[in-house]
Amino acid sequence: MPNITYQGKAYSAEPDETVLETLLRNGVLVPYSCGAGACHTCMLHCQKGDVTERSQKDIKPALKSLNYFLACQCTPESDLEVALPDDEDVYVSARCVEKQQLSPTVWRFRFEIAVPLFYHAGQFVNLKNEAGWLRSYSLSSLPVEDEHLEIQVRRMPEGQMSHWLADDFDVGMHIELEGPNGHCIYTDGEAEKPILMVGTGTGLAPLIGILRDALHQGHSGPIHLYHGARTQDEIYLHDTLNELAQQHSNVHYHACISGDDVGEMKAGRAADVAMSDHSDLKGWRLFLCGAPEMVKTMRKNAFLAGASMPDISADAFTTPEH
Amino acid sequence: MSTLFEKIGGEGAVDAAVDIFYRKVLSDDSISHFFETTDMEAQHAKQKAFLTMAFGGPNNYTGADMRAAHAPLVAKGLNESHFNAVAGHLQATLEELNVPADLIAEVMAIAGSTKDDVLGL
Ligand code: HEM
Ligand code: FES
Repeated sequence: MPNITYQGKAYSAEPDETVLETLLRNGVLVPYSCGAGACHTCMLHCQKGDVTERSQKDIKPALKSLNYFLACQCTPESDLEVALPDDEDVYVSARCVEKQQLSPTVWRFRFEIAVPLFYHAGQFVNLKNEAGWLRSYSLSSLPVEDEHLEIQVRRMPEGQMSHWLADDFDVGMHIELEGPNGHCIYTDGEAEKPILMVGTGTGLAPLIGILRDALHQGHSGPIHLYHGARTQDEIYLHDTLNELAQQHSNVHYHACISGDDVGEMKAGRAADVAMSDHSDLKGWRLFLCGAPEMVKTMRKNAFLAGASMPDISADAFTTPEH
Repeated sequence: MSTLFEKIGGEGAVDAAVDIFYRKVLSDDSISHFFETTDMEAQHAKQKAFLTMAFGGPNNYTGADMRAAHAPLVAKGLNESHFNAVAGHLQATLEELNVPADLIAEVMAIAGSTKDDVLGL
């Protein structure tokens, strides 16, 4: 069995084990999150040996040529010597220029970076703070219209990084940024195709970016955006989205509340409301972002309702953290 | 002489069949649990591999590969009734696409020939 060498120590890989699994099994705590090749937080630098093609499939060409790879996607065929990424290869420094609270639990951060980042709305970046905590956040800004990168962060009870961002991180401070990554983006060429977007929580962030991108590119077909939350005060950017819907006759915005007190908003989970409004999804394009369970169920239901699989995009964070 | 795969319509036929077939499988409560994973996209790609093989198309799968691919499912209780259900959905898919009966029979024969390997017998 191949050996994985990390910080001078060799660990023997079990059959069919990924590099990430070998390291974790031996108590080597490298960062990771999705375990599915989507989030890129497990990216390592291969210093000796050959990594598999699959583990580099989704890596940017520049990093690929430096032998970066995804540890969760690499089942090694021969001995490897690996290390954490070199910060200067992978990260750029981002300065926070704006911090705004959008709801009791959600904050918006805007960043300025020294080198321009070529990205699409809906892609995501990984942010790393000085303590080495690494988390993925979707971009809700639109490169052609917004000067700064924007992310939206929800304070999660268990989320170390989200507490730190909400409580301790502020305008003027710097954070390390890697990206962009991901394929949940608007692709042009199908301007008339109806679009259904369903997001829960800060799954709204990429959807707003994708929605604005679609409009910017002249999308003329109907666009339905369903945003779901448990309570009314967790629905954020409500006025902004209502305005957008008023300005564009093809944009339809639906705030959905799964809890009891729904007020003027729609009652029910966003995915359920969306499915009961649109029972035939043949020929539709879908964007699903947010809670993994919602994305998984909605993907299946949309497919069964006639949507074709390549037309269903979901954000990367659809596998629960381990 | 064109091959079975060409007569059915090649990759185009696989593309036409995969959504119909996978929808049937996912809607069948007796087998859907085998196919429900977080990564539905990857699963969708594997169903294409399945159809390509059943249509007599180019593939590199050996009997041993079929055994290995389905062994985790056998461990979860995959049996002959599940196999027959999948075969039934395959046949219904081809009928829906108006594939001629003699070609359907050939496809079903290929699928049937994999039975022992799929069920690990
Ligand atoms: C009728 C004969 C069958 C053939 C020719 C066949 C063929 C295949 C092929 C080619 C793959 C892809 C293997 C890979 O690349 O990893 C596959 C995977 C799979 N098959 Fe079958 N299959 C058959 C029957 C069944 C049955 C009866 C079931 C369950 C009811 C089933 C469930 C699956 C599942 C769940 C996978 C994906 C496994 C994974 O995620 O790794 N198959 N099959
Ligand atoms: S943990 Fe490897 S890509 Fe997410």
